[in-house]
Amino acid sequence: MLLITCPFCGPRDESEFACGGEAHIVRPADPAALTDAQWADYLFMRKNVKGVHFERWMHSHGCRRWFNAARDTVTHQFLAFYKMGEQAPDIAPVSYTARPAPRTDPALPADPALHTDREGAR
Amino acid sequence: MTGNFRLPSGGRIDRNRPLGFTFNGRLYRGFAGDSLASALLANGVTLVGRSFKYHRPRGIFASGAEEPNALVQLETGAHTVPNAKATQVELYEGLVARSQNCWPTVEHDFGQVADLCAKILPAGFYYKTFMWPSSFWMKYEYFIRRAAGLGRAPESPDPDRYDKMHVHCDVLVAGGGPAGLAAALAASRSGARVILADEQGEFGGSLLGRRDVIDDLPGAEWAARMAAEIAENPEVRVLRRATVFGYYDHNFLGIVERKTDHLGPNGGQGMVRERLWKVRAKQVVLATGSIERPLVFADNDRPGVMLADAARSYANRFGTRPGSRAVVFTNNDGAYGAAIDLADAGIPIAAIVDLRADVQGPLPTKARERGIEVLAGHAIAATLGSKRVQAVEVMLLNPEGDKVHGTPRRIECDLVAVSGGWSPTVHLFSQSGGKLRYCDQRLCFVPERSKQVERSAGACNGSFGLADCLDEGYAAGAAAAVAVGFEAPPRAFSADQPGETAPRALWVVPGKAPVGHSKAKHFVDLANDVTAADVRLAAREGYRSVEHTKRYTTLGMGPDQGKTSNVAGLAILAESLGKPIPEVGTTTFRPPYTPVTYGALAGSDVGDLSDVDRTTPIHDWHVMAAAEFEPVGQWLRARHYPKAGEDMEAAVQRECKAVRQSLGIMDASTLGKIELRGPDAVKLLNMVYTNAWDNLAVGRSRYGLMLGEDGMVFDDGVTTRLGENHYYMTTTTGGAAQVFGWIEEWLQCEWLDWRVWATSVTEQWATIALAGPRARDLMHELCKDIDLSPAAFPHMAMRSGRVAGLPARVFRVSFSGELGFEVSVPSSSGLALWIACMMAGAKYGIAPYGTEALHVLRAEKGFIIVGQEADGTATPIDLGMDWIVGKKKPDFLGKRSLARSDMVRRDRKQLVGLLTKDPNIVLPEGAQIVDRILPKPPMKMVGHVTSSYWSGALGRSIALALVSGGHKRHGQTVQLPLEDRVVEAVIGSPVFYDPEGKRLHA
Repeated sequence: MLLITCPFCGPRDESEFACGGEAHIVRPADPAALTDAQWADYLFMRKNVKGVHFERWMHSHGCRRWFNAARDTVTHQFLAFYKMGEQAPDIAPVSYTARPAPRTDPALPADPALHTDREGAR
Repeated sequence: MTGNFRLPSGGRIDRNRPLGFTFNGRLYRGFAGDSLASALLANGVTLVGRSFKYHRPRGIFASGAEEPNALVQLETGAHTVPNAKATQVELYEGLVARSQNCWPTVEHDFGQVADLCAKILPAGFYYKTFMWPSSFWMKYEYFIRRAAGLGRAPESPDPDRYDKMHVHCDVLVAGGGPAGLAAALAASRSGARVILADEQGEFGGSLLGRRDVIDDLPGAEWAARMAAEIAENPEVRVLRRATVFGYYDHNFLGIVERKTDHLGPNGGQGMVRERLWKVRAKQVVLATGSIERPLVFADNDRPGVMLADAARSYANRFGTRPGSRAVVFTNNDGAYGAAIDLADAGIPIAAIVDLRADVQGPLPTKARERGIEVLAGHAIAATLGSKRVQAVEVMLLNPEGDKVHGTPRRIECDLVAVSGGWSPTVHLFSQSGGKLRYCDQRLCFVPERSKQVERSAGACNGSFGLADCLDEGYAAGAAAAVAVGFEAPPRAFSADQPGETAPRALWVVPGKAPVGHSKAKHFVDLANDVTAADVRLAAREGYRSVEHTKRYTTLGMGPDQGKTSNVAGLAILAESLGKPIPEVGTTTFRPPYTPVTYGALAGSDVGDLSDVDRTTPIHDWHVMAAAEFEPVGQWLRARHYPKAGEDMEAAVQRECKAVRQSLGIMDASTLGKIELRGPDAVKLLNMVYTNAWDNLAVGRSRYGLMLGEDGMVFDDGVTTRLGENHYYMTTTTGGAAQVFGWIEEWLQCEWLDWRVWATSVTEQWATIALAGPRARDLMHELCKDIDLSPAAFPHMAMRSGRVAGLPARVFRVSFSGELGFEVSVPSSSGLALWIACMMAGAKYGIAPYGTEALHVLRAEKGFIIVGQEADGTATPIDLGMDWIVGKKKPDFLGKRSLARSDMVRRDRKQLVGLLTKDPNIVLPEGAQIVDRILPKPPMKMVGHVTSSYWSGALGRSIALALVSGGHKRHGQTVQLPLEDRVVEAVIGSPVFYDPEGKRLHA
């Protein structure tokens, strides 16, 4: 069970918290102006990081405040806790490079934006 | 074979406290301090069970948690424990145990035929045999399930009590052997807050079974003194019979403490049986020791074959002769110490058979000096005997170790003390995420790199010598204390350890015939009957991964989780694949280290305490009125109020009739209530609801639908404007917490600068709904200070006043389609208001109605219920509620999703009414709807029934359904294939009753 430091209450067991997934996803100011694909990206697409992940937590069985955390998804070590509205701290990405380079697959669509940064898409 | 195998003196048993116990129906005697295993051995009981697959006779093999064979059914009835390891069961007066996996008795077991059929029961037998024909799997499964498993689970509720503790400490020391005691001493002397836990009833670990000397004291006495010193420290918590079973993230560890098991099922009356400790430790010292491995040789499973150190422990610790004449079989020096101890206890050592050709270490020399014959470069090629080993055949081993040769020498013995080296108990270390390294010299996996704040010390770190254990333990304890800010104390004790020479790696000892080519079996895993031939077969069949091989052969999957077998198993796999052992690696170590009862995990959170039951301030009245309750979220709500002789149907129809014709009363206190205050409250409402809120006047109410960002309806309710910047929101009973969380999330994560505050007031108000044509008449009597006339107090309005003398908020709302008032008073006054309404309403025949009647009444009106019609896949448009979607609003949560291509598909499932052609048929909810009946499934399903009731008001059945493209299909006939018949129904409007809403606005 993780030990999570609520910026308002201090270190507490994970069982007091709810995880809110990826942090720093800003709701589009004008959703109507977006294409379906852009809206779907906001709505559904989330990073699946091997390394430092910025994520939201809520101290749901405590002060009920939301905050952000940076966690290494490999070691589960928390690298930072910070309040909502604060800038994400500058944390160098950890590199876990055991993975072989991706195969070049001619069947993949040409748009590189669709296939960077998303392990699952391959 | 029974008799007295107790040594005349010695051991850590209390010979003044004899204890009677029963095994397989026979009465035996042992002593306090015995384990069930040692007491059985002392009585000459060596056949204790039958093996899992082949039903071969099995005896006691080990002396601790690693025991693969001696699994017993402990006690009977509700107290029974299956697969109890006899080696870990402390003896108590009246103990009752039975053998498992045998019928009719362990001596004469019918299942033994499996051994004769061994040739047709290879690895992966189930996968190979029961695959064809595939439709027969269900039939096979019945027999497989009967044959599988060993002990039997209790069939009645657990009569014992359990609890949990959450604690923090500076240093947690797992294991109370020499290393653990040294670590705990160092840490506690430094002043750190320490928890020391050991799985046994007595501290000392390996010291209890050996004859080591520390600081001129016998090892066990040293352990007792140190444990006493540690326990005296008020900063230290010492847990006996407490297994550290799991090492989780961020130094969170689980310990299960067995508080009464050693007293028997009735010995701990009133006491908690087991306590689960949840520990968050700043520092952890693992001193979990090591587990001796057997050698894999022909028929190495006969009763009487035993781990060498276990045999030594039975003699030294329990004053028991594990046999009358022993052969020791080893690949390392350690077993010589065991041989010497056994000889000193009066058990003749016929020979020490050593796989190594050159045996020169100090211990072998000592053994030779004692006159014990050492057969270096030899191997046991066969064991003889059936229910007990009677002799072994020893042959010369070739230098490669793949063949035995020469004339077999038969040596009579009833004990084969075997040692294949030691495996550090790295379970907790691995659970913590630490990485292992294979050590070629010591032939074992040792900790290499820690992931958490943890130190391994002593045998679990691959340091098997006593002095090393003490040194490492003390150093680890001191370092842990220093790391949390204490000063390391000086060192204080000394012990000798004999030097040892290297063991020989020989994972399969050859027999007379090649492995797998005769009746002889080379067992790797005794618990699951996995042989060397099985592992090699898996490799030949293409298994490369140790994890796959484990599952295919079931190696290490028994109740012992392969504690004695995993290393040999993966070494044999590596050999077969021609790979080095580190490349094959280990299987994953997962918690728990040894089995933990569900009782301990559940603690006291059982029965009424397993979940919260929320009740309203009026609950006691419902109980007195003999209401039937149903859970809604965590709430208990009255479902209906049956009168004498009424079933639910009759009660619900009566309640509905009262509402439609006169007056009904309902406890609506469970509705979620949220107060919103602040200048941006209306901004918030505009975002969370689909409709517009800018022009809602003070004192007026409005219905709203809430969507997720995906456009799906997730809650609904009525919100009232109480003041300039003050709103009162109601939610569904089950959705209250979710809605409140939703508002908090947006305000805290996205709209940080909005000035609006949300407060849950669900518990502050009791709410009573009055519904029916006479509702206003009753309100007139109870409320004098509010103008109740329709013109002054219209539908969807709110007024404050006094009702039955109580300060109240009165809302004109209705979920039944009748004239309705909802009166909210402070919770403490809820029951008083209810009683006042009941008394004043008697003349109108006022009827309390429950959730079931409510559902019928709202379904007659076509009102949706979130969770039934809105099932998480329905948009407001699907539900025919376009009228509530503010198309002119620039934005609200979920709005953009409503325009996604999938949301505007014409064939989406849409809410419709459904009337069966035979008005007497009430459709089952969930029934599937098809257009065309085929002779048999599959048929194309176009929808399903979401709500279905008998409507008394209409005198017929009604149903709501979600049907593909349903809005455009009114008037069409569809088919509903039920289990026993096909029902025809016609699609129509979902509003069945008073479609103009005249009654509502009355």
